[in-house]
Amino acid sequence: MVEVIEIINVGLFAAALRMATPVAFAALGGIFSERVGIVNIALEGMMLTGAFTGVAVCFFSGNAWLGVLAAVLAGGLLGLLHALLTVKFVGNQIVSGTGINIFALGFTAYMCQIIWGSRGASQSVQGLSVISIPLLKDIPILGGILGSHTPLVYLMLIVTVISYIVLFKTPVGLRIRAVGEHPSAADTAGINVYKTKYICVIVSGMLAGLGGAFLSLGHLSLFALGMTGGRGFIALAAMILGGWKPLTAFGASLLFGFADALQMNLQGLGLLPSQIILTIPYVLTIIVLAGVVRKTIPPSDYKPYVKE
Amino acid sequence: MIEEKERSEPKVKQLLRKILPRVKSSIRGALPQIIAVLAAFLVGAIALLATGHSPIDAYSALLTGAFGDVFGIGQTLTQATPIIFTALAFLFAFKSGLFNIGAEGQLLFGGFTAALVGISFNNLPVFIHLPLALLAGALGGAFWGFIPAVLKAKLGAHEVITTMMLSYVAFYVTGYMVNYPFKAPGWVAQTVFVAPSAELPRILQPTQLSASIIIALILAGFIYYILERTTLGYEVRAIGLNPSAAESGGINVKKGMVLALVISGAIAGLGGAGEVLGVHRRFIEGFSPGYGWDGLAVALIGGLHPAGAVVAAILFGALRSGGMVMTRVTGVPLDIIFVLQALVVLFVAAPKLIRYLLEKGGLKWWK
Amino acid sequence: MSIAVEMRNITKSFPGVLANDKIDFVVRNGEIHGLLGENGAGKTVLMSILYGLYRPDEGQIFVNEKEVKIDSSATAIKLGIGMVHQHFMLVPSLTVAENIVLGREPTKNKVFLDMDKIMDEIKDLCDRYQLEVDPKALVHTLPVGVQQRVEILKALYREAEILILDEPTSVLTPQEVESLFKAMRTLREQGKAVIFISHKLKEVLAICDKITVLKRGKVVGTVEANETSPSELAEMMVGREVLFTYEKKNVRPEKAVLRVENLQALSDRKLLALKGISFDVCEFEILGIAGVEGNGQTELVEVLAGLREATAGNIYLDGKQVTNTSTSERIDLGVSHVPEDRHKRGLILDFSVVENLILGRHNKPPFTTGWVRLDFEKASDFADGLIQEYSIKTPSKDTLARYLSGGTQQRMIVAREFSRKPKLIIASQPTRGLDVGATEYVRKKLVEMRDQGCAILLISADLDEILGLSDRIAVVYEGKIVAIRDRSGASELELGLLMAGGKSD
Repeated sequence: MVEVIEIINVGLFAAALRMATPVAFAALGGIFSERVGIVNIALEGMMLTGAFTGVAVCFFSGNAWLGVLAAVLAGGLLGLLHALLTVKFVGNQIVSGTGINIFALGFTAYMCQIIWGSRGASQSVQGLSVISIPLLKDIPILGGILGSHTPLVYLMLIVTVISYIVLFKTPVGLRIRAVGEHPSAADTAGINVYKTKYICVIVSGMLAGLGGAFLSLGHLSLFALGMTGGRGFIALAAMILGGWKPLTAFGASLLFGFADALQMNLQGLGLLPSQIILTIPYVLTIIVLAGVVRKTIPPSDYKPYVKE
Repeated sequence: MIEEKERSEPKVKQLLRKILPRVKSSIRGALPQIIAVLAAFLVGAIALLATGHSPIDAYSALLTGAFGDVFGIGQTLTQATPIIFTALAFLFAFKSGLFNIGAEGQLLFGGFTAALVGISFNNLPVFIHLPLALLAGALGGAFWGFIPAVLKAKLGAHEVITTMMLSYVAFYVTGYMVNYPFKAPGWVAQTVFVAPSAELPRILQPTQLSASIIIALILAGFIYYILERTTLGYEVRAIGLNPSAAESGGINVKKGMVLALVISGAIAGLGGAGEVLGVHRRFIEGFSPGYGWDGLAVALIGGLHPAGAVVAAILFGALRSGGMVMTRVTGVPLDIIFVLQALVVLFVAAPKLIRYLLEKGGLKWWK
Repeated sequence: MSIAVEMRNITKSFPGVLANDKIDFVVRNGEIHGLLGENGAGKTVLMSILYGLYRPDEGQIFVNEKEVKIDSSATAIKLGIGMVHQHFMLVPSLTVAENIVLGREPTKNKVFLDMDKIMDEIKDLCDRYQLEVDPKALVHTLPVGVQQRVEILKALYREAEILILDEPTSVLTPQEVESLFKAMRTLREQGKAVIFISHKLKEVLAICDKITVLKRGKVVGTVEANETSPSELAEMMVGREVLFTYEKKNVRPEKAVLRVENLQALSDRKLLALKGISFDVCEFEILGIAGVEGNGQTELVEVLAGLREATAGNIYLDGKQVTNTSTSERIDLGVSHVPEDRHKRGLILDFSVVENLILGRHNKPPFTTGWVRLDFEKASDFADGLIQEYSIKTPSKDTLARYLSGGTQQRMIVAREFSRKPKLIIASQPTRGLDVGATEYVRKKLVEMRDQGCAILLISADLDEILGLSDRIAVVYEGKIVAIRDRSGASELELGLLMAGGKSD
């Protein structure tokens, strides 16, 4: 028992923030998409593709930030695909999302094999280096948790706040919310419903791609087959738990990040078999969904908007 | 005189006259899916070219690998069998309006429970042991489907996420089981062999094809019958198409959804049992290279019809078995088949896409 | 007065329907112009073309005597055209202010919403046009009459000079209608052109200066309001005499089939929608429930049909306690339900006619033998019988319900529900959205069932329908029954007052 308490320290919380980052990015992506009325279960695939693209571009260019940019673009491209299938061609949103997920898995494994000769993992690359924020890191406890991270973690915090401001304090956000909840009202108010949906779904892909870039470039410095491990779906749960609002979704992501960090630390203790510990984040997600969903109201009915 | 002539018309011709229009209309109905497959292969060919491989070599290796000889056909059908199960599982749940994307987990869990029964008894006669083990597989899968079903019915938890999460849990839990408590001596994470009385017989020597495929085909017919000809199927379809109206018509929507998801899980579990008892005769960690996910794609490509699912499953089985040959012969990474699968799903996702492409391609006469 | 809008030779068709057939339509500034016609005459389509929601197949549009092409609502708004739709275009979870400025938001530094400026501008509008609203209120909390005011303010905020009101009074009490008319007169005095779409003769005569009548997509004529009469207009609208009352058997109802005591239930938003409702309905009787939509009628119907839980109170059917029993049990006990939304609750659009006709009885003999197999042959024969008896116009009994007209769909529902020979029929908005022929059919059938001894609970937002069919009338307001009257003792004025929460002396 003593050992378990020992792992609860500043390091654990710092790890929680770290592991929350990809989930938070994806959850924010999910918010933008669902707020505009499109279910995006392809966050997982967009994340995975972002992770791969980031490492691949970094490998060839030697520049990790170029890799991050590429990850964002890759995610955005998949977002465009999802938007085309669901908005322009009025396809089933879940089927499209699933197709993108399968595609991402196969495509990344295929390309991994082509580039590095192994479908399991890429070579290591020079990922993003950790930065320390000068004054912040010296604050007791809080400094330990917040002070040193890869830049993507800080970017996540900034993007979270920006998302909140955009959604609730700007005309753009007002229009987004209207388009998702009552597209006819937005249309008759002169808003281009289709354009808004396209942009938001592309943005959701870009954010998921960023989350993937963190996993590969900001965390492990390589790409491994299926490295997103369901985080794209956990992000959906975080989004629901957070009531489709950026700040609370971030809080929910912290919860899952904590479960992830806890699971990693518990592995080292050898108290429970690793497989059982690995189930913690997934079981937690199920429990959260079971406990929360009744009380939440989705921002849209997700029905396709068809003008006559 | 004319009557005599009609009576003497060969039975075969009479039969053909009845079946042919049905076949014609099925093909016409399946046209979007067929075009989707062709389109996917086209895009795949472009991808192959772009990465320095010859599509012709790859596709011909695929074809000969899958159907070229007895061994190939056997492998194709063996790979297709579990996919038929998972496709039927997804299909059945889908008819009730639910997205069961956790067929992989239900397959694993059912496979494990079947293995458990298979290894636990040694003195039972085969006509008790085998059905018991199969039943255990179905019940295991049913249980794994029951959890998200109840969460959805009682608490409104979205089954897309819960079934997906449970797939990961099933993977780890069965992994644990087969690495610790039920591990057979040796290096590999697997159970001991099941008793011979729990084995599903092989039906095509020298391949691995087992009687599991017979069960799969019978099940497909059974599912069709349930959906189209029974009260249960009527209620399931009503719930899937319009739960409000179904409710007004006295149907218990929640109960129906739970039942559909439980049956769906049972089907997938049975598929896992078939793999464990027919092909491997033990539970091996990682024995499923993603049959659950294939099932989803196959159900969609099969137009959400049991017969279509069987045909599409054979297609996917061919991709898998032919793919292994293709990789060996041409060096093209196996994963291209997943890309192909994904492309078919994407093309099938939006029916209007096909129409759009046909119009843009000037192929209006297709319609 | 100058011409605000001229629509010349407008033609528009949809698959299978010629909605507008060479229509000429002129509205002047400072005029209230009524566009009158039956359901499906083409009024909304014509105005939707003016507002940029549809594009005409043929014809021209002139705004302030300049020819224009209106390809979107944004263009229409720029031209000074505003529309208040029949189904409100308001986003429920946003505030009044947010809804009004949506699409035209004032900003600080081009990025942030300028809330202060928004509040000022709205207050300005409210004062100018004498329309009171609370800008900070969330739209979904507002009563329908106030929501409509928000819709009008939306149009005025965009500096509309030409205002289209599409069936604005269908959701208002008589008193709220007066309020609306007052606002319309103010707009007219300010020189705006107001187009008033309606199918209600009396209102159109009360408020409009000029009236254009449409019938089946064509203009029948344009008249001055003070030079015409209700009967002349009615004849222009329909071309024949319209039945407003129905012959009923003279019976003294005695035995109560349905008894409801102190019924309470929650709405979807977990607020108390039914606050203790008590009434009974006897055999050979039609009890009409009058009231503006949103006062608990939907919840009442659902509780009675077994689709919603009653949190308190009792329901008795033929003396038997049935509170909170399942819908299936109630069907067995003889309850039939014609739902208010035939697409949502009434039919399964992707089921065939046969499959829809057996819904509710699909799991009982003679359709199930054993307990699993559905006898489709018997279902087919049964469907044939109903198609014949109820004159259901369908190409085949295997046609999917979604391809049939609204009137045919309603006939299917009526056939299914009435053929069960029920003890109690709950009919909720049974003629909504139907053309004259279908409406008459449904009403005749209701009277027929009543004459055969059925107890009928009729819920309708159409006061004329209630007055025309009911033996007794109950008024529901804010989840309570505020009065029950015999038909002979009920007046439209008193009912209107009660519906709005007023007290009668």
